[in-house]
Amino acid sequence: MKYIKQVLGGDLRQYTMVVALAALIIIFNIISGGRMLTSSNFQNLLSGNAYVLVLALGMLMVIVIGQIDLAVGSVAGFAGMVMALSYRDLHLPWYLTVIVALLIGLAAGALHGFFLSQLGIPGFITTLGGMMIFRGGVIWISKSISVAAPPELKWFGAGYLPEWGPKFTGMNNSTLLLGIIAIVIYIVVQLRKYKASAIGSSSKENLVAVIIRIILVSALISYFTWLFGSGREGTSFPIPGLILLILIIVYHTITQKTTFGRHIYAVGGNKSAAALSGVNVKKVYFLTMMNMSFLAAVAGILFVGRSTAAGPADGTSWEMDAIASVFIGGAAVSGGVGTILATMVGGLVMAVLNNGLMLMGVGADKTQVIKGCVLLLAVAFDVYNKKNGRTSASAK
Amino acid sequence: MGKNPFILQMKGITKEFPGVKALDDVSLDVRRGTIHAICGENGAGKSTLMKVLSGVYPHGTYHGQIFYMDKEMKFSNIKESENAGIAIIHQELTMIPELSITENIFMGNEIVKRGLIDWNAEREHTVEILKRVGLSVNPDTLIKHMGVGQQQLVEIAKALSKNVKLLILDEPTSALNESDSANLLSLMKELRSNDITCIMISHKLNEIAEVSDAVTVIRDGHTVESYEIEDGYVDENKIIRAMVGRSIDNRYPEHESHPGEVIFEVEGWNVEDPEIEGKMVCKNSTFNVRAGEIVGFAGLMGAGRTELMRSVFGKNYGIYKSGTIKIKGKEVTINSVEQAISNGIAYVPEDRKSLGLNLLDSIEETIVSANLKAILSHGLISIAKQKKAAEEYRQSLKIKATNTQVGVNTLSGGNQQKVVLSKWMFAEPDILILDEPTRGIDVGAKYEIYKLIHELADQGKAVILVSSELPELLGMADRIYTIFEGTITGELQRGEANQESLMKKMTITSGN
Repeated sequence: MKYIKQVLGGDLRQYTMVVALAALIIIFNIISGGRMLTSSNFQNLLSGNAYVLVLALGMLMVIVIGQIDLAVGSVAGFAGMVMALSYRDLHLPWYLTVIVALLIGLAAGALHGFFLSQLGIPGFITTLGGMMIFRGGVIWISKSISVAAPPELKWFGAGYLPEWGPKFTGMNNSTLLLGIIAIVIYIVVQLRKYKASAIGSSSKENLVAVIIRIILVSALISYFTWLFGSGREGTSFPIPGLILLILIIVYHTITQKTTFGRHIYAVGGNKSAAALSGVNVKKVYFLTMMNMSFLAAVAGILFVGRSTAAGPADGTSWEMDAIASVFIGGAAVSGGVGTILATMVGGLVMAVLNNGLMLMGVGADKTQVIKGCVLLLAVAFDVYNKKNGRTSASAK
Repeated sequence: MGKNPFILQMKGITKEFPGVKALDDVSLDVRRGTIHAICGENGAGKSTLMKVLSGVYPHGTYHGQIFYMDKEMKFSNIKESENAGIAIIHQELTMIPELSITENIFMGNEIVKRGLIDWNAEREHTVEILKRVGLSVNPDTLIKHMGVGQQQLVEIAKALSKNVKLLILDEPTSALNESDSANLLSLMKELRSNDITCIMISHKLNEIAEVSDAVTVIRDGHTVESYEIEDGYVDENKIIRAMVGRSIDNRYPEHESHPGEVIFEVEGWNVEDPEIEGKMVCKNSTFNVRAGEIVGFAGLMGAGRTELMRSVFGKNYGIYKSGTIKIKGKEVTINSVEQAISNGIAYVPEDRKSLGLNLLDSIEETIVSANLKAILSHGLISIAKQKKAAEEYRQSLKIKATNTQVGVNTLSGGNQQKVVLSKWMFAEPDILILDEPTRGIDVGAKYEIYKLIHELADQGKAVILVSSELPELLGMADRIYTIFEGTITGELQRGEANQESLMKKMTITSGN
């Protein structure tokens, strides 16, 4: 047990959700007779859920500052619809429609941020207003009908990495390259962490444990590289997955490695103490809310691209999935606690549940019930952990 | 005044908390129909005694006996003491701001007719009671629309509505301006003539002198003095001596300061209370600090020390009205905490847990949090630099923790304070404001923090030490300013300051 602990790098509890995720995948794979762990299913799972995970990235930061954003689904739908309309009616080239959508997101976020930071209206109310405004707005400007999106966007929402190079690798070479890059990055990060652990009084990590950890994770990455890369001709690692991957790295870095990231946790942990340490609390509030709506626009673009048209009901109740992902990932309602990586695990738990239940032929009604139960159980577990004087399942 | 019989006799009250004896064999005798003043320093045990009396600490959790109206009382909660006619008016008002006067007065005590509240009866009663405290306002007025002075009167009216015989007022005038205070004092006299006994806890010797018939002084959990006032003459000096009369022993490290140039000057600083319009929390404050000098600020709780410091630190408290700050001779404009920090000012807040720390953070995250710039490499936070910085402080300040990744919430008060001090030392300030840096810390850790303060001064930093412990100021500071009700009332050099002279300037005596 102690050895497993060393390999995993200390705190076992932060892996509870990872273990649950792995267990879910394996169980569903067995029940569905091997239909879970197939190339096409995982490709679908990733491109079909990327938009929720993108939302969850922003939502994590919003929840860490102790707020909530209910408007993300509406903003995503609105941005997507404006994008489609500016293509249909204004005949803008596709890349300009994307920029328009992103600007809409920034503007919506600025609106929420202004009400929260300058007028001091809680995010819950601010974004409840935003939710109604933008949902109404979508229906209004679209006259309740779907609008076709620029066809080029399909690549964003449902495209695959290109095929190139020699055939003898037996899989898509782009995906292979991505897998290799991922492994190299992981090894570099782990070795640097190992070096840093030697500083000061904190106990130095066990080198053997670090190496075993690297081998295990590399094997896992290799397996998924193979899974994504060896599907039928023309498929590979999906583009929305790649976009998500890049965003995860960016936001993980922002939250863990920048002053702004530190300020988010400081404001969420103790607003007054943060203010007395020279943190501009209003600025943190504003930027976090603005970023959230920006990501909502990104999610809207991905979704519209995948479904080839913007619909008036796009984005309905997406906020709930995003919020659930963040809390399953162990964030605290009171703020100050939660990480990007744990949130992604939380989001994947939801995605795999959706996918696995669908493979088993469980209806949407029952799926909803089961997802609700999982959310309650996950949060109850987290609260139980804290009550016993231990840190949160995903505390930094 | 003839000798009335005793309404209250508390005998041999001893109350212990884990590790501390808050009250040790305290006695209090109060005659019926008098105003009895209780004085003592912060933490002397006055509030504890009142909590024992009112049943907040139920019978059985303390030793000793309480006789009230010639019967022994064993209150097990506040409700019982209220039923007996004892009511406390707390320092912080306890009314609900969104409700009306009537609703507040009858809160928990509603007049009910056939299952429904009889509003007419309640309103009638309210008007009557308000008359007794000299208030003529609409009983439907919401509490939040009233001034603090009026709120206090409503609070007293509420007590009267319960047929109170013994009214305890805990620093009743601390939040009031002068005319409201005078008003309250005359109300107390009137209540006395209506055979209602008052116990008043107060720091304001002039008020005590004006109204009280007897004085009890409590110090360190003991009754030091208790006497009835003859012929209406109160010897304020006698009270002061009794309040402070303990000697300073060797609890402070030896130190010789070498003050240099004046590097921090505040002039004509005026700040208004953020909640009470027109009430000034800093009145024309002017002070300065030299490099390498430790300057103390003495004042009783609520005197405005913290408010002054927080408003100087980037206008973090109150509404700034006027005043200038000069750093190293140059006038600077500081409008935010960020600017204050970049101008080399650091402020260690008095309330460590709610203002000084993010309890979710680890030691190293806390230490670097006010100066993240110093640990960036290529624009990103370097965990290696963070650890190195934190490790240095852990060793030099002897922070007791296995490593710097330990959460600050697991540390003892003294170690937490060392982490907070590290955080501000890491920000490399020229001017360090320490607000009650040793509150809630054990003696050993205190000594280490004192040594640290000396080191900081030796490095040429200007140190401002705010403290409510006079011996601490006398043992540490080169120069001491006294504050009373937002006004700097005096400046004493180390040699000329002693507890009596400070206490005199910290409390307004009728002489000045």
